[in-house]
Amino acid sequence: MIHIDEQTCIGCTKCTKVCPGNLLVMKNGKSTSREPRACWSCTACIKECPVQAIALYTGADAGGRGGLLYAKDSGDILTWTFQSVEGQTKTIEIQKNQSNNY
Amino acid sequence: MEMKRYICDALIIGGGAAGCYAAISLSRLNPDMNILLVDKAPIERSGCLAAGVNALNAYITKGQTPQNYVDYAIKDGHGIVRPDLLLTMSERLNHVTQDMEQLGLVILKDEYGDYVARGNRNIKINGENIKPILAKAVRQAKNIQVLERVTMTDYMLEHNRVIGAVGINIEMDSLVEIHANATICCTGGASGLYRPNQPGSSRHTMWYSPFNTGAGYAMGLRAGAEMTTFEMRFVALRCKDTIAPTGTLAQGVGAEQVNALGEQYQYKYGNTTYERVYAVNAEVMAGHGPCYLQTTGIGQEAEDSLLKAYLNMAPMQSLKWMETGRGPNEQDVEIEGSEPYIVGGHTASGYWIHTDRSTTIPGLYAAGDVAGGAPQKYVTGCFSEGEIVAETVARDLAARGKEKGVLNQHSTQEQGSLQQGAEKKNLGDEVIAQQELSPEGAALYGECQRLLNTKNAGLYSIDELEEAMQTAMDAHAGGIGTVYRYTERSLDMALREIDGIESLLNQVGAEDMYGVMKYMELKDRLLVCKTLIAHLKARKETRWPGYGEYVEYPELNDEFNCYINSVYRDGDIAILKRPLVEANGQLSARGVDQLSVIGVNHPSVKGGI
Repeated sequence: MIHIDEQTCIGCTKCTKVCPGNLLVMKNGKSTSREPRACWSCTACIKECPVQAIALYTGADAGGRGGLLYAKDSGDILTWTFQSVEGQTKTIEIQKNQSNNY
Repeated sequence: MEMKRYICDALIIGGGAAGCYAAISLSRLNPDMNILLVDKAPIERSGCLAAGVNALNAYITKGQTPQNYVDYAIKDGHGIVRPDLLLTMSERLNHVTQDMEQLGLVILKDEYGDYVARGNRNIKINGENIKPILAKAVRQAKNIQVLERVTMTDYMLEHNRVIGAVGINIEMDSLVEIHANATICCTGGASGLYRPNQPGSSRHTMWYSPFNTGAGYAMGLRAGAEMTTFEMRFVALRCKDTIAPTGTLAQGVGAEQVNALGEQYQYKYGNTTYERVYAVNAEVMAGHGPCYLQTTGIGQEAEDSLLKAYLNMAPMQSLKWMETGRGPNEQDVEIEGSEPYIVGGHTASGYWIHTDRSTTIPGLYAAGDVAGGAPQKYVTGCFSEGEIVAETVARDLAARGKEKGVLNQHSTQEQGSLQQGAEKKNLGDEVIAQQELSPEGAALYGECQRLLNTKNAGLYSIDELEEAMQTAMDAHAGGIGTVYRYTERSLDMALREIDGIESLLNQVGAEDMYGVMKYMELKDRLLVCKTLIAHLKARKETRWPGYGEYVEYPELNDEFNCYINSVYRDGDIAILKRPLVEANGQLSARGVDQLSVIGVNHPSVKGGI
């Protein structure tokens, strides 16, 4: 599921144009989900957000422990940043022109 | 509510892998054809591949042949597949793969420039952006118009021929009516029929897209199209909680299934897709669970690669490894079966089609997950079918044009403007009055009005009825809750329950067009459920343990070396037995088989089969 930080959202509407479930809409100039529980966790919106206002998290019923996952698309590289509840972070960079090994 | 009419040569419903590729192929075959691609969401990320895909699972690797691939699929489907469909699909796998590479898909190559195989049939890619790549190719084609946030709800019929479809635009709050000489269904399969692995807040944490609601099946059923093999449900073996794919672990790093006692047990059960699921079910039932894929000790480098691979396809699994602080190198990955899906790209459920991908109704074609008979299609097989269906439609429309003297009665004028201008043209988009609507459009208009007038004043909500459907299917039609087992009595019960829920549909309303879409999805899922129950009941054997067990009929029965097909007629589901199509495809599906109606599966009519 996703968490949208209202303070960070700049209202650019990019995320609303990629959701495969048509879940994201603008409300008072900010992106918001019509139905948070209907999210598929595909992260399309997260990769689209230019200011990292949206993070992926796992529901507690699916074993989630409060970690957040952000993405930043810089053209050739997709950078994923994980942030734990304790504030620890881990960054993974994926070169778009490189295949998976598995 | 505004009503809009569009007119095109070819309407493609669904802009996923099959639909996008069908559109691209059709555009290449005939640059003058007016093609309208409709999707319920923006095509950059719509369909099953929103998050990406980590490998191409259908490819003819060195030393293999298309016939090998067919043989593999026949074995994996325990004989109930269509060799003609499989072969025509397999023959194109490598060609469509090369085409995708040219469009921008990154594929791993060795020092000689050959694709690197993962096992016998797979190749390694970076498929995170596979949908944006497809969407870009679609948008670059001058004769394809894309209509997004439009959900088609019913085909339009004239003299038993499909002449287009009607639907709703949830962004414009309008009703759309699309007239087409050919209609290609690429809507995908159905999830959310059964109670999912996590029925609460994470109810959409599932492997198959929760937005694939079986619309194509339901529209086909209501129009009288024949369906096949719904009873071969797909239960996916997945990582527990995240329901992320396991092939990357099993094939990618060679992880074996292991039970809680540390025993590798899979050799006892066989290695088809359904046997791998059955192995987990059996071990858990025997008290040896939980079961895992044995990844401990794969090494840090392999773990780092896996984190990346999953970020490119199912990011929640990578998140899980990071937030628990224990990655696959340190801890085995627990596995479980998913809710049962109906999905023709993995099993054989879907439209009963001819070798050329035309359906049993003139004017209607099907490709991808919604088309039956050819399992193990996966992504590349959907591309193959998209290309085959495009060739068939190009051929049929050319023949119809000759017959009538013009290619397209509706759009000869529009074609002129298309050839003149380099600009992408806008098809139709003509506002029409209520009295101009087709019968199907008028029925949809009435339904929309009723829903929007009722709003939320009804006793039940759409979500409540969806939950009731999933609970009934889980308990009585072989869901996770019964370890995929069902009995004749439980199936009768399931059918009564689904009928009961269906009878409540007229009591719910919708606040807006998004709500109307959700109502349509529920209605479609209920019809798919009923059809599925009829299929399950009819195949009185257990052919694919793991996907389902018919408790009274635990063995194979030669009498069911046939296809179980269905046709929806006057509110009832007629079940047909069709003989297996020969490997050479000679026994064509085109109306030469001897049909025998073995029952109308509706208790109120005949007390079931």
